[in-house]
Formats: sequence, C-alpha cells, structure tokens
Amino acid sequence: MIAALASPMLTTPWPIIKTHRENSDTFTLELEPPESNGPFAFKPGQFNMLYVFGVGEIPISISSDAGNPETILHTTRKVGTVTNALGELRTGDSIGIRGPFGTNWPVEEAVGKDVVIVAGGIGLAPLRPALLHLLEHRRQYKNVILLYGSRTPEEMLFRKDLEKWSSQLDIQVYVTVDRATRSWRGMVGVVTPLVHRAPFDRKNAVAMVCGPEIMMRYATEELQRRGVPDDMIYLSMERNMKCAIGMCGHCQYSSEFICKDGPVFSYDRIAHLMGKNEV
Amino acid sequence: MRTLNDLLQTHPIFHDFSSSFIADIAECSQEKEFEPDQYIFWSGHEADYFYILREGAVALQARTPDQGMVTVETLHNGDVMGWSWLFPPYKWHYDAQALEPTTAVVIDARCIKGKCESNHELGYELMLRFGRIVVDRLMATRMRMLDIFSQTK
Repeated sequence: MIAALASPMLTTPWPIIKTHRENSDTFTLELEPPESNGPFAFKPGQFNMLYVFGVGEIPISISSDAGNPETILHTTRKVGTVTNALGELRTGDSIGIRGPFGTNWPVEEAVGKDVVIVAGGIGLAPLRPALLHLLEHRRQYKNVILLYGSRTPEEMLFRKDLEKWSSQLDIQVYVTVDRATRSWRGMVGVVTPLVHRAPFDRKNAVAMVCGPEIMMRYATEELQRRGVPDDMIYLSMERNMKCAIGMCGHCQYSSEFICKDGPVFSYDRIAHLMGKNEV
Repeated sequence: MRTLNDLLQTHPIFHDFSSSFIADIAECSQEKEFEPDQYIFWSGHEADYFYILREGAVALQARTPDQGMVTVETLHNGDVMGWSWLFPPYKWHYDAQALEPTTAVVIDARCIKGKCESNHELGYELMLRFGRIVVDRLMATRMRMLDIFSQTK
C-alpha cells in the first residue's frame, strides 16, 4: 500500500546534479531530493510531476533504483514544449518536483515466480527500477527475462545496463531492433514475438509490459497465447495528466484515473478498455 | 538419440499432428547444418524447401540501392523459415544467411506437396498452421510499418 502524500500539490525545487544523453533526443536527469523534505521513497513504476519553471508540468516515471532514493533519475524524450525545455537544463539548474504518484510494478507479488519484462523503446525507463529491484533481490525470483525492442541499435536506452545484464547469468536478455544497421549482428524484428521463445512457466509467471499502447496490446496477446492469465499481466498506461491525484480528470481512462489507479494496471482490470477509441 | 519424428512431434507447428502425419513429413525431411555466414538460399531462386531452425540464427536479407545488403528480419531456434514453396512463382523473396552455426530440419517442398495432394487432410492442417505463421509475420511487419518507436512522434 502506498501512503498518500501530505501535500501532493506542493512543488519542491530539486537541483539537477547531472544530465546524461541516452541517444539523439532522449536524456536522463539526475536529481537530488532536498534533505529538508525528509527521505524520498518510491516504488518501481511510480512517477513524479516535473515542473519547468515558467514552462509547464508533466508526469515522468522514475527510472532509478528504488533502493537508492538519494539520487533520482528521470529519463524522457524531447517530444513537446516541457520535455524540450527539460532537455535544455544543465547541472546546477533546478526543477519543481511533486510525487511520487501512482501504482507500482508488482515486484512483491512476483516473489517465487518467473518474471517476464517486455519493453519497447522508451518503455524501458519505467521498467528499469523493477529490473534493478529483481536483480537486487535475485534469489527471491525464478527466471527473470527481459525482452526489449528498439527502433534501431543507436536508439537503445541504457546501453550500459543492457550490456551488463546480457553478460550476467541470472537474467536472460533478448534485444531486438526494428531496423538493423550494417554493423548490427543481433536480432531484427519486433519485440512481441520474442514472448514465444522466452523460457518461463506460464502457470507461475508475472509479466510486466511497457511501451507504445499498440505494442502492449500485441505483447498481451502473445502472453495470453502462451497461457499467462490476465491478472498476471501488468501494463503501464499513459495519458495526459494535470493534478496527478485523481481530481482534475485529465487522465481519466473510462472509470479509471491513470494517475491514481495506475499507471500500472493488471490487464484484467483494463482489458475492456484496451484498443477502444476515444477512451 | 532423438529421431526426426521426435523432433517434428515436439515442434509447436506440428502440435496435435497424428503420428501418421508426422511420419509423412519425416519422410520428406532431413537435418542439415550451416556454417556461419553460409547462405541457405538466395532471392529469386527456386523455393524447393522450408526449414525448421533447431539451433542458431538466420538473417533474411535484401539488397537495397543505398545501403547494400540489409537484414530485414532474423530467425532463431524454433522458427519456421520459408513459405515461398507454397505459392507461385515458388521463388525465394529474400536471401537467407546463417549468422552462427545453425542446424535446421530441411523439408522438401515437392515431397510434402505430393503428400498433401494425396492426403488433403494433411494439406489442410499444414495450410492452417502456415497460415498462422504468415499472419503472425504480417502483423509484425505492419507493426514495424507503424514505426511506433519513432523519435519524431
């Protein structure tokens, strides 16, 4: 159970202590929560509201290790006014933060089970804290499998992490690209069919999926074909948000609010909404 | 040692196939190994076989004017490679190159088509299963056409 924030609408300035360029237009901000607010704690899959002073506020998932909350990472892509402004910030600048908000990946519920993580594009960022948790508590889980799809080899996120995880024997990593370059010797093709080859026990597995909605829909179909029950498939949904506490209705997804009922939902809860127009 | 019948029986494409169907297919099959970088077939050549990859990886490639040889898709252990044998003009559409030591069950298309002609039930079951593979690849291709990870969106 996630405790409610005392002042969820109060923005606090956090300094940027480092910026990392992930690829041509994706970047990571490394932030330091101010000590005056007390210790910052979050769960894998949760998000913060990031406010660029004078520009605007947007929700962005936390991409760092929940076991190390002294430093918080946010990874995003320049796609609009606020993310473009975030991308221009440098070490020493500050942004306003509210959070953490939302539901988390079921890392506790997955104890004793196989865990299949399916990520597409920047969808790897919200899943990174879950992966770090699984690897930190590796003995509590059975097979851990990461299926990651990227548009091109150059646009892969967290390349160092992927290289490290690929060389480890306690996690199976399958990386595929939609478009290969001449030097790429790995897999080519979409990520969702990789579910077929992932070695997991369908009766004792939890799947965590994040990426573009259409990718999540097909990934879910593949997982269902493998026999994973709907309540063991978790997706992270995305909609425009404003208040992040279920008051304003910006992120309303039929009867659900993405900000407070999500962003992480089990598929059985939202199956009737997936792929429906104008929801 | 596992026989060809055993190998075919355990592959998902032949799931629920009767032992007589499996025996028919095994009569048309042989195991073959391919060296890394070895070409298995070339675009435009007769599509006389299809393949069930047991180990290794194969790149399906096309030559483009600006980039030279481009890998369109990679196939891996368990994948079925090739459906050009099913439809006229029975020519391969892409080149297939082994990326690593690769073992495949190679199935003679003429032999299988002969069996299907004389046993339409076998033909129907095979077409159903190849239809599923074609649909899966079509869906994957459409998803790539959508370019869902595009940076510009």
